[in-house]
Amino acid sequence: MDWTNQGTAMANLKINGKTITVDVEDDTPLLWAIRENVGLTGTKYGCGIAQCGACTVHMDGVAMRSCGVTVGEAAGKEITTIEGLAVNGVLHKVQTAWIANDVPQCGYCQSGMIMAVAALLKDNPKPTDDDINDAITNICRCGTFQQVREAIHAAANA
Amino acid sequence: MLPRTRKGAAMNQHVKINRRSFVVGAATAGAGLAIGLDLPFGGPAVVRAADGSPEINAPEVNAWVVIRPDETVVIRIARSEMGQGTLTGLAQLVAEELECDWSKVTTEFPTPGQSVARKRAWGDFSTGGSRGIRSSQDYVRKGGATARVMLIQAAANEWKVPATECKVSSGVITHTPSGKTTTYGKVAEAAAKLEPPADVKLKDPKDWTIAGKGLKRLDTADKVTGKMIYGADVKLPGMLNAAIKDCPVFGGKLKSFDAAKIANMKGVKKVVQVGDSAVAVVADTWWHAKTALDALPIIWDEGDNAKVSSETIAKWLAEGLDNAQPAYIGNQNGDAKAAIAGAAKKVEAVYSYPYQNHATMEPMNATVLYTPEKCEVWCGTQNGEAAFAAALEASGLPPEKVDVHKLLLGGGFGRRGMTDYVRQAVAIARQMPGTPVKLLWSREEDMQHGKYHPITQCKLTGAFDADNNLIALHYRLSGQSILFSVRPEALQNGMDPAAFQGVAQTGEAAIGYSVPNLLVEHSMRNPHVPPGFWRGVNVNHNAIYMECFMDELAHAVGQDPLEFRRKLMGKHPKHLAVLNAVAEKIGWGTPAPNGVYRGIAQVMGYGSYVAGAAEISVTDGSKIKVHRIVASTDPGYIVNPAQVERQIAGSFVYGLSALFYGGCTVKDGRIEQTNFDTYNSMRINEMPKVESVMVPSGGFWGGVGEPTIGVAAPAVLNAYFAATGKRIRSFPLRSQNITFA
Repeated sequence: MDWTNQGTAMANLKINGKTITVDVEDDTPLLWAIRENVGLTGTKYGCGIAQCGACTVHMDGVAMRSCGVTVGEAAGKEITTIEGLAVNGVLHKVQTAWIANDVPQCGYCQSGMIMAVAALLKDNPKPTDDDINDAITNICRCGTFQQVREAIHAAANA
Repeated sequence: MLPRTRKGAAMNQHVKINRRSFVVGAATAGAGLAIGLDLPFGGPAVVRAADGSPEINAPEVNAWVVIRPDETVVIRIARSEMGQGTLTGLAQLVAEELECDWSKVTTEFPTPGQSVARKRAWGDFSTGGSRGIRSSQDYVRKGGATARVMLIQAAANEWKVPATECKVSSGVITHTPSGKTTTYGKVAEAAAKLEPPADVKLKDPKDWTIAGKGLKRLDTADKVTGKMIYGADVKLPGMLNAAIKDCPVFGGKLKSFDAAKIANMKGVKKVVQVGDSAVAVVADTWWHAKTALDALPIIWDEGDNAKVSSETIAKWLAEGLDNAQPAYIGNQNGDAKAAIAGAAKKVEAVYSYPYQNHATMEPMNATVLYTPEKCEVWCGTQNGEAAFAAALEASGLPPEKVDVHKLLLGGGFGRRGMTDYVRQAVAIARQMPGTPVKLLWSREEDMQHGKYHPITQCKLTGAFDADNNLIALHYRLSGQSILFSVRPEALQNGMDPAAFQGVAQTGEAAIGYSVPNLLVEHSMRNPHVPPGFWRGVNVNHNAIYMECFMDELAHAVGQDPLEFRRKLMGKHPKHLAVLNAVAEKIGWGTPAPNGVYRGIAQVMGYGSYVAGAAEISVTDGSKIKVHRIVASTDPGYIVNPAQVERQIAGSFVYGLSALFYGGCTVKDGRIEQTNFDTYNSMRINEMPKVESVMVPSGGFWGGVGEPTIGVAAPAVLNAYFAATGKRIRSFPLRSQNITFA
């Protein structure tokens, strides 16, 4: 490969309601464009291979692992990161439930966990434990699962 | 290597400051380092907050307590917060004695550089061994109590009344006879100028109103909005980003690399050698750095270790199980070998436990700004002073020109007590003076350059008399010593005393059984894979070996595993109490639901007594569903039961993840697992609720973050035997084709 000739594209990303032009190659993972080019660091790097879910964002309302999506694929889509989940300064009910249930331990996985849960509740406002088991596959090494589960139910009933 | 004693290390301190003695010689290190330094803090200090911004000019009542005019109480926390809740717990202890308004409490981390400059005002920074609260509770409570006395005295002075006529509640001081009131915020400046009282009386924990309560954590809000800044999120003006590759074979060297091949790749600024075994690419963004690093031609000198594999290690460790081989004796009474030789009945089993990676969610990272005048580090670390010492050594600068700014850790579990990533980051930044550089490891680098849970095997032999009484137990461990690699000065005539955690005769990890003839020994064999303190450390494998074997012994003589243990625990009432607590809670002795089987285990570690029990069902002999987990702990005192509950549950997740999915294998001298696809971790669907039973009996301070992990695996493994009649003695379970249902 001729590295001197890497294609540079000015991609337009719609993030948290704003259109942002980023000067990165089309094949840059969305995760790194969000963190390094847009400067929103709430979306975390955990594995880079779409295993852990720490980088989960919403793309057109669907939970996506942003390390596995390129900037080219994300261009034109509505992207929401953890920073954009609260609306007009009012926390999303999942965030509120997370605080009320004291969910995070180290907290590093929780941005992705919260984004995954917010997407679940949008599609399924009253998930059962089995629904949660199917939908929430994020890794948490601290082991906050029991608080996560309780907080999901709390948010669903909020 | 010549073994050095702790005392020796401490004495060396006065001669020469080096990293090990700094870290180990805790009591003298700070004083030693402070000699000859100007103390920059005469009077109330200005301390930067965790985010590096300067604290507003608020009076410091003492090292632990700053009170702002708006009544905000800033409590300084020297230990690290990695999710375990120590930050909140320590603040509760200070606030309890301070008698302040908890809703006004906030926290900040003093830096190790400031601590050294102030004659180690904040004591030990290390946050491992489940010591965060238990080893500093005494002096932080005194810090709070001392500040309270000074604040009350300041009010009394202002009113010209005796302090004994004043009382305080929630930061409001009242002169009882007159009814006059004032607040901490109003008298803090005057209080800061008073001499601290020589001695203060601490509250009886029975009277606690802030400590001992399941208060919500102080650090949650920013964790749910994405605002929390971890080390990986640090941004400095003009900062560049570095990606690194260390020789994949531990002990190997970097031979050469062809920087010209990537020089024109987008964003690349510099390619640098790091130490003698690693190379880093520095670029505008980390993604560019990583992409270029992946394309960089590198030639390694892998050395002889490239011949080592899991098989060669296993063979070497198995040889250590032979009684003819030398071994260190860690615990003995009677004559186990003779008793076994003459016994009516003998049971023998060989177990093994693999390497494990910490796999913190946030990979290792550190950001460094180096100039010849100053080296500043921003990182998550479990030991601010160790990171400081590493930065001193790597920068070559004197202590007053170095500092470390601690951030919250995206997981620690023991990994961030090590400082390899700090050294690397400083070594990179030193080659780019004046430019801040953030070094972030890829997950692959993190998986392959861990400080792994040590590898061991264990041969256990039990002997019974004709009446099926256990008369002898021989516990022969073969394998790796962490201290040999990490703190050789702590070895005792070559022996690693920590190797016997959980099976020691006495101390904070003492065995809970009395056996007339007991021999616990360790044939030390240290493969080239670097070991480290991995949550639970040596308690993990020792508890699995001992507790699974206790189960084997019980079944060998047709006895109930709980009753069998109880007979050996008469002299260990605290061990027995937690075991009884879980037995009662899980309904041991009563029928389990159809198809559900139970297992039980207990151990002592980190000064606490813990027990666990599991209910599982097994499909097709290989699919395990964990239905219920019950865990009991006696840590003496509980500062925040809600956080203790989370540590207990988290210990099961961490321990069972390792049991089912973990295990790092070695091929061609390197670790084979590279990411979460090959080193998986439990998900929510696999984890039941953990029912915890806290039975703090008082009179001692035990740790909480680690001990419970010891009982996680054996409780499930013993239940698996109950369900299938099959005993699993080699891990992880995935290597036995056993997984979650």
